[in-house]
Amino acid sequence: MDLAAVLTLDVLSGIATLVLLSLGLAVIFGMMRIINLAHGEFVMLGAYATVLSANAGINIWIAMLVIAPLTVGAIGIVIERCLIRFLYGRLVDTMLATWGLSLFITGAVTTAFGNTIQGVPTPLGGFEIGDYRSSYYTLFLVVLSATLLGLVFIFLRRTRFGLVSRATMQNPGMTAALGVNPNRVYMQTFGIGAALTGLAGGVLAPVSGVGPEMGAAFVAKAFITVVGGGSAILAGTASSSSVFGFINQTGSYFTTPVFGEVIVFLSAIVLIRLLPQGISARFFKGSL
Amino acid sequence: MTFSRRTFLKTTLSGTGLALAAPALFTRSAFGADDPIVIGGLHDQSGPIAATGTPMVDSLTLAIDQANAAGGLLGRPLRLVHYDTQSNIQLYSQFARQLALKDRVSVVFGGVTSASREAIRPTFNRYKVPYFYSTFYEGGVCDRNSFSLGTTPAQTVEKLVPFAMNKWGKKAYIIAADYNYGQITAKWMRKYVQDNGGETLAVDFFPLDVTNFGPTISKIQAAKPDIILSALVGGNHTSFYRQWTAAGMKTQIPIASTTFGIVNEQATLDDAESTGVVASYGYFEELDSPANNAFLSKLKEAFPDVPYVSEPGAVSYESFMLWAEAVKAVGSLDREKIIAALEEGLSVDGPTGKVIVDRATHHVTRNAYIAEVEDRKWAVRERYEQQKPLDTAGVCDLVKNPSENKQYVIDI
Repeated sequence: MDLAAVLTLDVLSGIATLVLLSLGLAVIFGMMRIINLAHGEFVMLGAYATVLSANAGINIWIAMLVIAPLTVGAIGIVIERCLIRFLYGRLVDTMLATWGLSLFITGAVTTAFGNTIQGVPTPLGGFEIGDYRSSYYTLFLVVLSATLLGLVFIFLRRTRFGLVSRATMQNPGMTAALGVNPNRVYMQTFGIGAALTGLAGGVLAPVSGVGPEMGAAFVAKAFITVVGGGSAILAGTASSSSVFGFINQTGSYFTTPVFGEVIVFLSAIVLIRLLPQGISARFFKGSL
Repeated sequence: MTFSRRTFLKTTLSGTGLALAAPALFTRSAFGADDPIVIGGLHDQSGPIAATGTPMVDSLTLAIDQANAAGGLLGRPLRLVHYDTQSNIQLYSQFARQLALKDRVSVVFGGVTSASREAIRPTFNRYKVPYFYSTFYEGGVCDRNSFSLGTTPAQTVEKLVPFAMNKWGKKAYIIAADYNYGQITAKWMRKYVQDNGGETLAVDFFPLDVTNFGPTISKIQAAKPDIILSALVGGNHTSFYRQWTAAGMKTQIPIASTTFGIVNEQATLDDAESTGVVASYGYFEELDSPANNAFLSKLKEAFPDVPYVSEPGAVSYESFMLWAEAVKAVGSLDREKIIAALEEGLSVDGPTGKVIVDRATHHVTRNAYIAEVEDRKWAVRERYEQQKPLDTAGVCDLVKNPSENKQYVIDI
């Protein structure tokens, strides 16, 4: 029983991590069709923003939840203005450009902050379930990812900006004819995607080894989740995170961590073969 | 002047011949007694391995600068040709050939990971350039052209496992990185646990990009070991120590590691995450000996930004010392003579203590230390004098088989 509870928590935290990691990418790739290979580096920047500001004496929660997304969002807007805006509609070119960008960001961070692993201690303590122990921080990640999904849903569904941005992604020409400046909407949406990714980096910082190369570990998983999810960014991300998070965590527990990683990629191949348009194209048609 | 076909052929042919011969002629004429001795270096100064590679380069540079200040070797100055291999194995192969063929180096110091060593070691063997490897590793290299100066499991793991078991208990849970170093080290851990009357509950391997250790932590809790033996490697794996502490396990089950500290974890992790972790190496910066204090003060004077110097950094310095001693002893750069001199059991007193070349394995007999993290620093707990590389000695005998050139996977 205790074990079942702990395992459930492991699975939930695996799902939450995937949701956090891929939500920003879902906005940038799913909505805007930009293959952002610098996604992992956005996560890394968020983590650095948290670590540096927390070590400078700022409250860890403010560092994670406010400074990290704002910093990376701002960096995202600069990048959009300088690089991405010339590449809309050129899928392959965005790939090359953002890959170069990822190398540049890694190099810049290495130069500025050195190559050593940094970090902040994990806030909140641990608790016991029978013989087992887990951390409250894991619970926090689960709650945060659920909240974030809810907030993005409300934002896209219920606000004017959400409506305009969805319209712009569907038909920029028509929205422009209706008096909206699509360039501006693109910039803001990219900034929001970057901010979400920065937030993910921020909250993952206390449970990761923060170094300039850390992004590489996240980028593949985030892409698999978003592609597996399909076109509905929220329903898709949530459902594919659940599938892959469940497979990864239970696989790692019942077999070995090596197999737990392998099985995720195998199941992704099977999933894409069976549902080439992603989970949401089949089961959540027309949802967000 | 008539220009017949015959004269045309004659002039072009001789011209081409001269042009082809020119590089050889010019290099020949460039050989001279006062020219610098060229020393090759291959270390990662960027990318994920740079945290380990940078102190190695700094130590090597310091050693060469000191030798130059003392008048060079054989009356000739020394020049270091160093390439940053950027944590990329392909660059190792490329730069190794470049060092051997283009730069014509007399000796090479380098390689950080085992994978990088195996990429370049055969090249230097083929082109007959003596090669020194200074990182601690899983043991087993058997190559007359190479000298491996770092510690191997028989020198460190053999001490660490009983130390941890005596302190905390007999049941061990092994977690290791999923590549040759982790796999082989885990085998050694298992062997030493058994030899000391303990029990290995489970062995788990982790690909280097695993960042979520939740399921493993639950698994360890279900197994209820007395100690964790860790050979986790790299930045992503430091998340284990974080998540372990966050789950409140740090105070429950202690950790002994063969890798903790190699990217400076004791200082970069939080107090609560690192205190009490035990590790064994051939060197700690905290060693208090005149030789080490002198080495550190010179190094920090020359390179104020040098990161924490762990075993590979100090051993790089000793590698150069040994080679320089051999060159002085034979008075020439001849490879055979230098190898023979080193095989005589040449020794130096370096920052780690006394280091003696082992003839049969081309490894070294050196001191091993056990230390515990205390207040984000290592506190040296035990010192084991003059440990022999017994693991490699079990499989490799270069006295009997001098032409061997391979890395044994030691069967345990």
